[in-house]
Amino acid sequence: MNRTTIDLWVGIFVALGLAALVFLSLQVANLTGGTSGATYTLTARFDDLGGLKVKAPVKSAGVVVGRVADVRFDNQTFEAVVTLRVERRYEFPSDTSAKILTSGVLGDQYVGLLPGGDIENLQDGDAIELTQGAIVLENLISKFLFNSTSGSDAKKDANGPEDEFEE
Amino acid sequence: MSTDNVVEIQNLSFAYPSGRKVLSNIDLAIPRGKVIGIMGQSGCGKTTLLRMIGGALRPSQGDVRVFGTSLRGMSQRQIYALRRRMSMLFQFGALFTDMSSFENVAFQMREHTTLDEALIRDLALMKLHAVGLRGAEHLMPSELSGGMARRVALARAIALDPELMMYDEPFAGLDPISLGVIGQLIRKLNDALGATSIIVTHDIQESLKIVDYIYFVADGRVIAEGSAEQVKASLEPYVHQFVWGEADGPVPFHYPARDYVADLLGSPGA
Amino acid sequence: MMNPAPMLRRLGATTINALWRLGFATRFLLATVRHTPAAFRRLPLTVREIYFAGVLSLTIILVSGLFVGMVLGLQGYDTLARFGSSEALGVLVALSLVRELGPVVAALLFASRAGSAITAEIGLMKATEQLDAMEMMAVDPIARVIAPRFWGGVLAMPLLGMLFTATGIIGGFLIGVVMIGVDAGQFWSQMQSAVDLRQDVLNGVFKSFVFGIAVTWIAVFEGYEAPPTAEGVSGATTRTVVTSALVILALDFVLTSFMFMR
Repeated sequence: MNRTTIDLWVGIFVALGLAALVFLSLQVANLTGGTSGATYTLTARFDDLGGLKVKAPVKSAGVVVGRVADVRFDNQTFEAVVTLRVERRYEFPSDTSAKILTSGVLGDQYVGLLPGGDIENLQDGDAIELTQGAIVLENLISKFLFNSTSGSDAKKDANGPEDEFEE
Repeated sequence: MSTDNVVEIQNLSFAYPSGRKVLSNIDLAIPRGKVIGIMGQSGCGKTTLLRMIGGALRPSQGDVRVFGTSLRGMSQRQIYALRRRMSMLFQFGALFTDMSSFENVAFQMREHTTLDEALIRDLALMKLHAVGLRGAEHLMPSELSGGMARRVALARAIALDPELMMYDEPFAGLDPISLGVIGQLIRKLNDALGATSIIVTHDIQESLKIVDYIYFVADGRVIAEGSAEQVKASLEPYVHQFVWGEADGPVPFHYPARDYVADLLGSPGA
Repeated sequence: MMNPAPMLRRLGATTINALWRLGFATRFLLATVRHTPAAFRRLPLTVREIYFAGVLSLTIILVSGLFVGMVLGLQGYDTLARFGSSEALGVLVALSLVRELGPVVAALLFASRAGSAITAEIGLMKATEQLDAMEMMAVDPIARVIAPRFWGGVLAMPLLGMLFTATGIIGGFLIGVVMIGVDAGQFWSQMQSAVDLRQDVLNGVFKSFVFGIAVTWIAVFEGYEAPPTAEGVSGATTRTVVTSALVILALDFVLTSFMFMR
């Protein structure tokens, strides 16, 4: 086999291999999209995270605007503290509220941002005050069960089955 | 011994780690400029002897001196340096199957010298011309006949003008014409290069035409030596049997067995 | 009563032999790596081996990749559709290929295509005394023959692994989106949000790289150590494929447990 032919084929081979790597990085793993651009961080405290994990999407009106950067537990207030990394080009009013939602019935959990009406916007490092934790399925089911057995007392507030028990 | 011996072997013995003894108490001297034959039956340790001269095997006992220096205790690097002055033609040529004839001959020039491409081309073509195969430079080893392959291998072996040539069964498996060609080439190249040649072979008739001196090896020891004429005239039974190709003699036709008559007539259970 | 001594002796001999061989193979690898500069100083030699190990494996890698991806598309759709989440097909196809099937199946194919060829070639060179001849010409066969083949294989394997994965995903796309009609946007976007570049893609490439070292090492060692006869070479070729397959699967388990289980 001729030397130049071999060189040509090896060149084609290496180019194909690199093209595959580019394809895997850009089209499959989406290196360009997501949070690779400029971002700012927000924090939010939740009473219950459910199954929220680092790298879960942050969505507003169904559009991904950022990612969960960090999840930790605050031992003073016994709440979960979630750090959100939001893309710089999206800005939210300072009275925006955060909810932990589920995509589909059994899908992954994400953080949903519901914009408020304030004139000022949230800045880097700000905390989101209004939050609502995850709806845990077990709690939901037990609430439903207790509500249906205790009949008219069902209109007690949402704080859960424990309260009903104490009564 | 005189210093004009290219190879001197003194009291050499060799046994494989398994304990099988191949050579014992060999003494040989290969004088400069001569073509020396080492003859013997297949499996008598001739090839082992060549490998020891090339430094590929180390003697269990005794000493091998090549170009006046002992191989004993030489490092791999020193042995490699020594090997550049010698060359070996393998039994079936051992041409590199993934290279053309030309590339095979140019191989050592590319590996060991910094000659430029034009010079390498000229030199390699000269070597191929010497064996009559300049026209076959582009052929791959698979496209060559057995005799041609052996000649290309010969051209490769003389690529760097070695001082010592070793031939391991150069006549094996060749037709009579190729056999004569190779024999003549070995002699002519040796004289033209001023080299020294060692031919290990069992092809007595062909080698008698070209060698200056012959050693006979049997059972791991030298049993006879002499010039071509002396060997032909020799009355020593082993040499006589070997030279004239007799079926029976000191080397028996029959593998050791029980007595023939007793074996056939005796009852199996007796 | 049965005497356990012969059995124990056989066990001991087998163990010692296996350890000896492993040690020998390790020394062989070190010698090969020591001659790496030789392989790269004379780049054409290594490029040539990339051609034989890589380019000549392209057909089998691309065709197999496409079919594995298409099967994943069919099977994955069938299963996911039962749970009403057929849009997750992209995730399923991509993750299984990027993390596992790509590196492992490509390495298995590589072992049987390129590994066996390397063993057979080196074994044949040994059987026809080409390696001895080289040695007698004061050229170290490990530097001239083994090192370029080793690096050719090691460099070709990750490229082949990535190509396998990429064609597999395209195969899954063809079946899932073009044939069955899963939404293309969902297919890609779910895949993109689930596949992580470092965690999944680069770890997969790293796996390929490790498999490449293992397979090529086994192939050159078996070739170099093959008994110089026709049976010896054919036996060594078989051993290359079998040993490689076992080593790939065992290494895959070890690597996976380090990479993805935290």
